[in-house]
Amino acid sequence: MSSAAPDLSQLDQLRARMQGMAGGMPRAALPVHPALSGVVQLYAGASYEVDGLGLAMTLLAGPSRAGEWCAVVGIPDFGVEAAAEAGVELSRTVLVPEPGEQWLEVTAALVDVAPVVLVRPGGRVAASVAERMGARLRKRAAVLLVQGEWPRCEARLGVEEPVWSGVGQGHGHLRARRAAVVVRRGAAPPRRSELWLPDPVAGARRAEPAVRALEEAG
Amino acid sequence: MTGVLEKRVLVVWCPDWPVVAAAGEAGLPDRLPAAVFHANLVQACNEPARALGVRRGMRRRDAQGRCPELAVLAASPERDARAFEDVLVAVEQLRPGIAPLRPGLVALRSPGRFYGGEEEAGAVLAERLVTLGVWDSRTGVADELFTAEQAARRARSQESLVVPAGGSPDFLRTLPVEVLDDPDAVSLLRRLGLRTLGDLGRLRAADVRDRFGSHVAWVHRVVGGDGAVHLPTRTPPPELERHVDFEPPLDSAETIVFSARRTAEAFVAGLAQQGLVCTEVRVEARCEGEDPEGRPASVRSWLHPRFFTAADLVDRLHWQLQGGFRAGDVSRPVERVRFVPETVVPDAVHADVLWGGTDERVERGIARVQGMLGHDAVVVPVLQGGRGPADRQAWVPWGERPTGLRPTGPPWPGSLPPPAPARVLRTPWPAEVYDAARRPVALDDRGALSADPAVFRPGPDEDRQPVAAWAGPWVVEEQWWESGGRRVARFQVVGVDGRAWLLTLDGDVWWTEAGYD
Repeated sequence: MSSAAPDLSQLDQLRARMQGMAGGMPRAALPVHPALSGVVQLYAGASYEVDGLGLAMTLLAGPSRAGEWCAVVGIPDFGVEAAAEAGVELSRTVLVPEPGEQWLEVTAALVDVAPVVLVRPGGRVAASVAERMGARLRKRAAVLLVQGEWPRCEARLGVEEPVWSGVGQGHGHLRARRAAVVVRRGAAPPRRSELWLPDPVAGARRAEPAVRALEEAG
Repeated sequence: MTGVLEKRVLVVWCPDWPVVAAAGEAGLPDRLPAAVFHANLVQACNEPARALGVRRGMRRRDAQGRCPELAVLAASPERDARAFEDVLVAVEQLRPGIAPLRPGLVALRSPGRFYGGEEEAGAVLAERLVTLGVWDSRTGVADELFTAEQAARRARSQESLVVPAGGSPDFLRTLPVEVLDDPDAVSLLRRLGLRTLGDLGRLRAADVRDRFGSHVAWVHRVVGGDGAVHLPTRTPPPELERHVDFEPPLDSAETIVFSARRTAEAFVAGLAQQGLVCTEVRVEARCEGEDPEGRPASVRSWLHPRFFTAADLVDRLHWQLQGGFRAGDVSRPVERVRFVPETVVPDAVHADVLWGGTDERVERGIARVQGMLGHDAVVVPVLQGGRGPADRQAWVPWGERPTGLRPTGPPWPGSLPPPAPARVLRTPWPAEVYDAARRPVALDDRGALSADPAVFRPGPDEDRQPVAAWAGPWVVEEQWWESGGRRVARFQVVGVDGRAWLLTLDGDVWWTEAGYD
């Protein structure tokens, strides 16, 4: 798989260039965690639905490692230690755990200062609101990650078929989780990639398909 | 409209201003040694006192020991600002649009050749200040603010020091690092063996910014000759001005300032919505019964070396009104206060260009959120030592220093091995755990489970499901939820859907503390 990863990222780059030609403005790609390179590419100005807080943290880690600020809105159960393990730089992270009714205004204000904002919406979002937020995101070249539903998002990311390793019946402890990260873009068929998320060493790591085959075989 | 830093900058410095202000109010002649004390320590002293060995930060008893005839004056920031008001009026007559930096220090755009030259302008100013009773004033002129201030501090009394255009690097290179006004940075620079700004200038820009922050990084750029930035200023659209009417009209500066506070906030917020900050503002106060089309009783333009926050605007209004009431410009109660932006710049450009980083912008955006929700609503996450996941993290309100954190260093017996759970619930959920015979699972006195867990439900909104795998118990004695110090046991439980949870058994009650999402 290690040889396939660069191909995928090349594909993504080509796709971005095509989109750039079609849409006029080329869109800047945000740095991603190495484990997600070729799996997910975040583009400035877009919003993404992300299912699973661990995956969202890994997505924050890319820009955060590259020196950017991250903001997290409306997620009081954001596990700080897990975020640090995923590679999020805590000193450049701000949380607004309880924004209450004003979560949308708070999110909009933070889009102005942080290129990546993770939000759990405090209510239903109208398409017009999402449109206005989209304009703001494009102006600020920021990315919105949403834990929940968001109209007309660029892609939906999720974690499926999680399998924890290291734990048995009353012995061992949770060590790592192998799961499929699934990216759904519009009507296109979903793209699945096997990942260790979390991984005890790298925070997250691409999984070799052979291992699963072996596990299944024996 | 030109930007505050597009042209040459002139800085006027009145040394030992707190002493000048206090002695002036007390009617003391300025030849006598005098010092202003705050919390029993010398905050400022004048030249005669310095000559006798009085120093800043000295205790009162020591200062009086060296100089028994020392006039002891109490510190009062309001008095300092009030007394400086006269100086601001005089400086403003030289050229409209001034940027008071603090009492005793004011910057303005250099009037250039209007008075025959920059030194001549300084002389005109010094002369005017003498008529106000301010005998010691010094001016510095340079390409940008930092150099101009340093030049003013090195000028002789009633004289000007002019740093020629492009001459900032040469002028600054020989100055000691102590001029940085940042004790931490100065201490570190000295320990590194860097004694002058020239030494600092030889460091790599990225290193300076990482290690010393945006202010020192900015000075570093100035020393390198890149300090004079040309900001893309523009004339602001008229709808950005804000005003407030008073009914009935108000006649005290304090009440007016208090009532105009919200308007100042709305003014800054209105600019911010357009991605702008204001570097020059016109503040107007109109009196009762004035011609609404005529010139208001009090009009003044203010500049800011960076950009105006709501608090800055309120300060400027306060100074302006106090001066106006005393000078008689504002002779009747005030019925309207208006803020008009004269020069605005895009906030991103301003932050990036002027301070070499986006941190200022981050601070401003966060201040806005704090304005909406309250100071404690925005937090910075930090790690600390502890056993349970909730104990191992803390939230520190933005802008405050973390205090009272447990060290992460020593091992915490009974803590769980990594990975840490992604979701740490603020309030644990009540959980249910049953064995294969549908009896609740409990812990006996020796810390053993009554039976293996077979079915569980992590919370009221979660489905009940079979246990696929589990680990534990990790038993600790601790202050646990709603009870005194007691023994609790933690378990990691994986459901058949593949999701894992951290459950806690306290006596015979199960809670869900965290989720491995």
